[in-house]
Amino acid sequence: MPSPAYLLKRVDFIFKDEKDWKEILKNSINRPAHELINELISSELKGRGGAGFPTGLKWKLTAEVDDSIKYVICNADEGEPGTFKDREILSKVPLKVLTSMAVCGHVIGSKEGYIYLRGEYFFLQPELNKSIREFKDYCNEINFDFTIRIFMGSGAYICGEETALFESMEGKRGEPRNKPPFPSTYGYMGKPTVINNVETLAHCYTIFEYGSKRFYDLGVQYSRGSKLFSVSGDTPKPGIYELELGMSLVDFVDEFGDGDTKAVQVGGASGFLVPRKGFRETTIGFQGKLTGISLPTGGSMMLFNSSRSMYNVLDNYLEFFREESCGQCTPCRVGCQQLLNGIKAVKRGEKNALYLNKLMRLTETMQYTAKCGLGQSVANSFSAIVENFREEMIY
Amino acid sequence: MYPVTELIKNLADRHGRERRNLLPILQGVVEQEKYLSEYSMIEIARELDLPASEVYGTATFYSFLEYKKMGKYIIRICKTITCSMKGKNQIIKTIEDMLKINVGETTPDGNFSLLQTNCLGFCHKAPAMLINYEVYTDLTPEKVREILTNYINKKGREE
Ligand SMILES: Cc1cc2nc3c(=O)[nH]c(=O)nc-3n(C[C@H](O)[C@H](O)[C@H](O)COP(=O)(O)O)c2cc1C
Ligand code: SF4
Ligand code: FES
Repeated sequence: MPSPAYLLKRVDFIFKDEKDWKEILKNSINRPAHELINELISSELKGRGGAGFPTGLKWKLTAEVDDSIKYVICNADEGEPGTFKDREILSKVPLKVLTSMAVCGHVIGSKEGYIYLRGEYFFLQPELNKSIREFKDYCNEINFDFTIRIFMGSGAYICGEETALFESMEGKRGEPRNKPPFPSTYGYMGKPTVINNVETLAHCYTIFEYGSKRFYDLGVQYSRGSKLFSVSGDTPKPGIYELELGMSLVDFVDEFGDGDTKAVQVGGASGFLVPRKGFRETTIGFQGKLTGISLPTGGSMMLFNSSRSMYNVLDNYLEFFREESCGQCTPCRVGCQQLLNGIKAVKRGEKNALYLNKLMRLTETMQYTAKCGLGQSVANSFSAIVENFREEMIY
Repeated sequence: MYPVTELIKNLADRHGRERRNLLPILQGVVEQEKYLSEYSMIEIARELDLPASEVYGTATFYSFLEYKKMGKYIIRICKTITCSMKGKNQIIKTIEDMLKINVGETTPDGNFSLLQTNCLGFCHKAPAMLINYEVYTDLTPEKVREILTNYINKKGREE
């Protein structure tokens, strides 16, 4: 059934005050693990870090592994261009995130949690440590054994990829591992690990506070609940907005565009570029069997108006990928370099326009052969820009 | 300020001497020294009983773990898409003119280094930059001149 015309609905869960955190923590850790898992599963919450894995299932799989040492990790590496909502969560409602980490510890049987905080957010540390101490004091008071520490990153986008993040925490280069094994059996230090995005954990808190139904009632099929959107670029009102999932891109542009929007980048540089002619048929959410064109996003929504050269946009993305590629596998390391050199050569007239087709085939190869999401996703924006703005690439 | 050997020992005492304690130790050295000299890396390797090549390989992976001598204040301008669209080139030009250095260089007095970096997570307030750990947003040439003047004066007062 096609969804009815759908206007943007503001939601206010994430930044709603966290004053009841003690009660929510205490009530939650007195509930049996399977009940909390079922609560998350029936909410249909999916990970907000980009990949959209069902959170309840992630916790369940890790809970089922038999090991005396397990870890809970909050992914606060937030490096995708155009994403800036996790910092806001950690500075405004940190206790929600800490509470959900501890509840996760209770569910899976873990006593140790880490927040992997990107180096760029070093300045958040003092305040966050204060919240962590306040949190720990209360855990001691109620005899609940769970310790949270911050682990600082040092300026590497790829460390947001979960297995690269584990490598980094283990004191190594942030090079993604092969999967499987997945973190639920083999994560940080080779131990079963739940890793969740900051926002995912904040939604867990909402679900523990109000029950799964309140969450499930928001959004659409396959994409339940609300989501924080980081809106930037050519918009009169850049900022962070909590909206229901499943909105149509055309409504989004009506609300946030400057009247001259030429394209929207959904999901950051590694996400999807939608040209104006695609606004109407695109919705924002996870892909499902019946959804039509539905694009997931970690929250990054960047708008471009007609004054922008899409060549410059692509050039900027490719430079980003070339620099941030961990360099471990050839399709991505060499591919990113060649794509950037290639579009420059076409622009300068050293290669003819047909060369762009060759570069498109290279991105396809990368999609299949690169080891992790970074190399695999370069094709997304590359093909959309080259296909829809071919003249801008050449002249 | 500790001599670097002592600093490394203190950091290892504080964080531990396992491989997984390597990053916090590297970060601690960079916080004080602004970069990792070959000497520091060899000392860290000795303290943690690791091959020096492993320490070097790890350190050079991370863009904030500098291994060339840097100025007291490291300026990192965001060059990713939104900051790029919102005028980061003008910001760079303003700083280059003011400090008489190019991107990638350090002022002769060793006070400022100018670098570019990727998305700082302040795209809604672009263009943005970091000076050491301090974030500055919604930059304009005037605003940048004012910020830098404050740093230059601060530096003058400290001496
Ligand atoms: C290149 C790359 C970068 C990523 N960066 C982040 C990030 O900064 N933050 C994040 O939460 N997830 C990031 N992810 C996704 C993580 O690998 C992982 O799926 C996520 O942290 C799981 O949490 P969730 O299920 O709550 O979304 C990245 C993935 C890739 C491939
Ligand atoms: S795809 Fe790129 S970032 Fe991912 S492992 Fe390969 S080289 Fe590293
Ligand atoms: S693009 Fe500069 S802060 Fe995001």
